[in-house]
Amino acid sequence: MNSLDIAKIVLVLIGAPILGCLLAGIDRKLTARLQGRVGPPLLQPYYDVMKLFQKDNMVVNESQNLYVVMYVVFVILSLLMLVFDADILMIVFVYTVSSVALIVGGMSTGSPYARIGSSREIMAILSYEPILILYALAIYLLTGTFKLSALDNISNPLLMYIPLIFISMLFVMNIKFKKSPFDYSTSHHAHQELVKGMLTEYSGPGLAGIEIGHFYEYVFLLGLMFLFWKVNIIIGLFIALIAFLFVIIMDNITARVYWQWMLKLSWTVLLIISVVNVLYLYVAKIKLI
Amino acid sequence: MALAKSPWIIHVNCNSCNGCDIEVLACLTPLYDAERFGVLNIGTPKQADIMVVTGSINYKNVNVLKNIYNQIPDPKVVLAVGACASTGGIFHDCYNVIGGVDQVIPVDAYVPGCCPRPEAILDGVVAALSVLESKSQGKIKGKDVKLKGNEVPSNA
Repeated sequence: MNSLDIAKIVLVLIGAPILGCLLAGIDRKLTARLQGRVGPPLLQPYYDVMKLFQKDNMVVNESQNLYVVMYVVFVILSLLMLVFDADILMIVFVYTVSSVALIVGGMSTGSPYARIGSSREIMAILSYEPILILYALAIYLLTGTFKLSALDNISNPLLMYIPLIFISMLFVMNIKFKKSPFDYSTSHHAHQELVKGMLTEYSGPGLAGIEIGHFYEYVFLLGLMFLFWKVNIIIGLFIALIAFLFVIIMDNITARVYWQWMLKLSWTVLLIISVVNVLYLYVAKIKLI
Repeated sequence: MALAKSPWIIHVNCNSCNGCDIEVLACLTPLYDAERFGVLNIGTPKQADIMVVTGSINYKNVNVLKNIYNQIPDPKVVLAVGACASTGGIFHDCYNVIGGVDQVIPVDAYVPGCCPRPEAILDGVVAALSVLESKSQGKIKGKDVKLKGNEVPSNA
């Protein structure tokens, strides 16, 4: 590990939450403008986190704090692995651990709302995980390795070979950002019937930790979209921005659906088009390296 | 400073006639847009800073109110919205009504009116923010309100 790597780690640890915070602020501002409101200031997510750190930490059981730490640590770990071009399959698994931490944290409280939210989050994992695995598989078929560092040696972007997986990944973004129509596990807007879903029993610093974890997660998820056009950084960032705007616009034009509806969508349409794309790569024997 | 920039409110309806509740919800609509002050209407008391109570307190809901109040982490403030929540209103001498919210839990700001206009409610929230800030600096904890099993007095 040389000094450049350490500089990268520091940049990710400090830069990612700032970027994620700005993205969350843009999200809230844009949503407000789409609804014809003035909206909160751009730095509102930052104010929220700072406020939550000043509040008392009220927990049902002590282990809740551990799950918050686990969530944040594993999200940061998966982001670092992405930045260091590690194994895409390993990244997917490490990232899943972070989601599981939140689920177990919700389940550990015994609150009925947290339990409903947690079991719905399990359904969300069930619906997006196969697509992430197929994405990893497509990268393997194209480059002959799961290592993301191989993507530096290709001349054409991934998007030209796996456009159908790209479409599926846009919906995965929607599920993982926990935005409408898939915002039933924990959502601010669902508080009439779900209170706060999975995060009902978190308060103060615990919730602030989860918010910071979300900032890292935003950057990580957009990083997955960036991989589709890694050969050119500018276009890659543009693709990530398009994905982000897609998520916000979908959030504003759709209503919350049943979790069954999401499972049907992802296990029929999205999974089939992803499998077709992978089969095409396999049968046509397309190799980039 | 951060507390005043992101007040999350929890709305508790204690026996209100819904007049005040509709005005509270009107604050969140695009016309008044309380979110431009960072105000969010939050569902769970554990994440709330300001408790907005509408309606008078009676023997049925007094323990619910106390329970929700105890679940809000410090620092916290209580805002009584409407004539009923402030004093008991036209129900003040009903046989089952205890009175305003301040009979049970400490109230930091009152918004009078039947029902109060959304501008008045927003003004009340903004007034409560300075109280919230001073409570945070003075490390003033909310009173731990004891729950009693049977609130109904013997002469009722």
